[in-house]
Amino acid sequence: MEEFAALIDALVYTRGRNDKLRLIAEYLRETPDPDRGWALAALTDSLDFPAVKSSTIRNLLKERVDPVLWTLCRDFVGDTAETASLLWPAPPAPSAPPPTLTEAVNQLSAMTRATALTELTRLLDRLDPSGRYALLKLATGEMRIGISARLAKIGFAQAFGVDIEEVEEYWHGLRPPFAELFAWAAEGAPPPDTGGLPLFRPFMLAHPLDDLRVDLADYAAEWKWDGIRVQLVHAGPSDAGETRVFSRSGDDISATFPELAEAFRIPGILDGELLVRGSHQGGEDGGAASFNALQQRLGRKTVSRAMLRDYPAFVRLYDVLHWRGDDKRDRPWSERRALLERIVTELPSSHFDLSAIVEAAHFDDLAAIRAATRDDAIEGLMLKRRDSPYVAGRRTGLWYKWKRDPLLIDCVLMYAQRGSGRRATFYSDYTFGCWDGDPDDGAELLPVGKAYSGFTDEELVRLDRHIRQNTVNRFGPVRETNKSLVLEVAFDSAHLSKRHKSGLSMRFPRIHRIRWDKPAHEADRVEALRALVKD
Amino acid sequence: MPANFAWIRPEPWGIHVVPADHWIDPSRPVDQALVTHGHADHARGGHGTTVATPETLAIMDLRYQTREGATPVHYGETIRLPGGVDATYLPAGHVLGSAQILLEHAGEKVIVTGDYKRRDDPTCPPFQVMPCDVLVTEATFGLPIFCHPPIEDEIGKLRTALRDNPDRCILVGAYALGKAQRVIAELRRAGHRDPIYLHGAMEKMCRLYEEHGIDLGELRLVAEAANKDALRGHIIVCPPSALNDRWARRLPDPITAMASGWMRVRQRARLKNVELPLIISDHADWGELTRTVEEVNPAETWITHGREDALLRWHQLHQRRARALALVGYEEEDD
Repeated sequence: MEEFAALIDALVYTRGRNDKLRLIAEYLRETPDPDRGWALAALTDSLDFPAVKSSTIRNLLKERVDPVLWTLCRDFVGDTAETASLLWPAPPAPSAPPPTLTEAVNQLSAMTRATALTELTRLLDRLDPSGRYALLKLATGEMRIGISARLAKIGFAQAFGVDIEEVEEYWHGLRPPFAELFAWAAEGAPPPDTGGLPLFRPFMLAHPLDDLRVDLADYAAEWKWDGIRVQLVHAGPSDAGETRVFSRSGDDISATFPELAEAFRIPGILDGELLVRGSHQGGEDGGAASFNALQQRLGRKTVSRAMLRDYPAFVRLYDVLHWRGDDKRDRPWSERRALLERIVTELPSSHFDLSAIVEAAHFDDLAAIRAATRDDAIEGLMLKRRDSPYVAGRRTGLWYKWKRDPLLIDCVLMYAQRGSGRRATFYSDYTFGCWDGDPDDGAELLPVGKAYSGFTDEELVRLDRHIRQNTVNRFGPVRETNKSLVLEVAFDSAHLSKRHKSGLSMRFPRIHRIRWDKPAHEADRVEALRALVKD
Repeated sequence: MPANFAWIRPEPWGIHVVPADHWIDPSRPVDQALVTHGHADHARGGHGTTVATPETLAIMDLRYQTREGATPVHYGETIRLPGGVDATYLPAGHVLGSAQILLEHAGEKVIVTGDYKRRDDPTCPPFQVMPCDVLVTEATFGLPIFCHPPIEDEIGKLRTALRDNPDRCILVGAYALGKAQRVIAELRRAGHRDPIYLHGAMEKMCRLYEEHGIDLGELRLVAEAANKDALRGHIIVCPPSALNDRWARRLPDPITAMASGWMRVRQRARLKNVELPLIISDHADWGELTRTVEEVNPAETWITHGREDALLRWHQLHQRRARALALVGYEEEDD
């Protein structure tokens, strides 16, 4: 456990990507099995201890620290595990030597909700503050130390000089502590056998186009649909075997969309956008509803018949990775596209269609098409190099996303809340509003949205200072300001909503500019936002 | 109790001693100021007269050239202000010259601590406990998560990093007044005899400390180093603002360290891109704050700035009276 705690601390304080990779690789090379496997699992967020949740830690601490003081500390630190590691009243002398990582994992796995409080206490009493931090991070599964699962896997690949693409290929068929993976990479054993399993493959992603222009002879354009990106995998024989639906992060969401899993029965792997049928958007027939409608179906563990009827889901296909036993990922996009056009004829049209190619002779024509689009199911355009293979992640020059320009509105800052993680000590989450009439006639501000991105670190410091100096009320971690600052907010679309008093909400709002110069009464009115609703 | 204490009034820009018409640590220019210590948020230029310890006045002279109206008062000395108010300056243990101000009027005693700590510091005399009716205290680190480790441990971390990385230099961000000199003095106490390099902005304050009898050993300016390689294996002290700026890019592969009480919280250190956090503070931690209230044992505590919510809660849990004052302009970022 001490080595693992030292690794976590070192990673927290290390800036450079290469330095982080070096730390991970060194640890994985020098640590014996199965400790290193559990560490890799922790860094890739592959562990789950159902008996230990953030609330368990909260309860554990509230038995020892005044609840008000606990909450104040938690708000300041922004991280439950770290707060607890700092507040834990250490016994005068450790009750026993610190546990090994494997011992800690075994004990955490064996805990039940009834035993968690006493067992966790016993473990924490054996550790110093760094060890407590590492243990609690491990137990609750949210490391939040600036290491993505992908980075940890690259660290693994570097440690043993193996190919990261190969690691990704096997990854989703393996379970912690990844004994077969270490045997293959570190000791030269045969690669893990994952054939025949419906496994997730990492998505190919796009870079923003920004100010670049591309030649349409080399790139094809497609709409960027506003649903969720999914991967459908069928393994085993046609009409038998198993089908899975995976989200962008690789989460299995087959149970949330059972109709899609049932509709895809041919061995292969397809990439597309999951949408909900809608009558008024996204094309003449077979249209899609806005993201708002899709949200009704997301995050559910089971689906009612009414849900299936009222919000029928389908997949608009983008690409094909595997087809009838052949890996197509190294074939050029144009060849995969031709195959996809044949595949879609074999699939039920009730649940599958094809993402159409947007035809344009020149880049300027394409720009005009993009500028004219204001459809709620369309986020912009995708540009795909016609000869691009299908590769995991973002590779420069292959795929670009060209999002349409956002809508803008001037709002007034109303409330601010502390962020979490890196921003825990700053007021970084902002609720803003628009006027419900003429502010010079006594109109009031109604909240229309919340944003916590779009500003630089310097702007954050200045916003934080503005909030501290202009607070009129405090509600726990939330401060109400004197409503003097105008924020220009960018967003993708406006919707009717019960979440805010204004009856409106925004999709993906972010701070576009801080208008230090603009008087609050010149901010926009609620009607201006309502006029943009297309639901 | 308290009788009334109407003669001492917290206003947003400072504490007003009404019968004497003097202001304590005012954040805007006034005719008559009582200043606890030399940090910029407490000591500002432009007052008519300034009452402070000779060391604090020397610091203010260095920073604002405020020689006019300077009224020195030594530790333990009492001066009579108009309106029948006596003011006594007592050591606060925060930085060179830092003082608590004991005010007495009509049989009532009020202590304004300014900033303070209860740890040993080779650069200033220790905090003096004095009973009073109202204790006006800071609360910069007023949360129970703040527990500054022994400074020897942190200096040890710094020296270990130096020994393990002979080809690099260690850049220590430390507040230019107080923190920098304390870190240097503690390094000397721990036996570090090599020259310590300074950012140009640190030089004058270090010289001022030396003139007041604080031995800082051999100090050199980074600008005077023969070449980049001469800095390898050395400690360089700079203001926190210089840690991530262009100046630091000229140094040979620096390890970024920061000496601050905030380094106790990992995410704070990450936000500042600190690789080697040193938990060293010139403010009282939670244990020191609560111990001070218990030892001074006032009838009522007033909390000037910092994390007042938690310290108020502590008073409530211990059946003690307390209130938070809403003073503006006190910074808390750099310590």
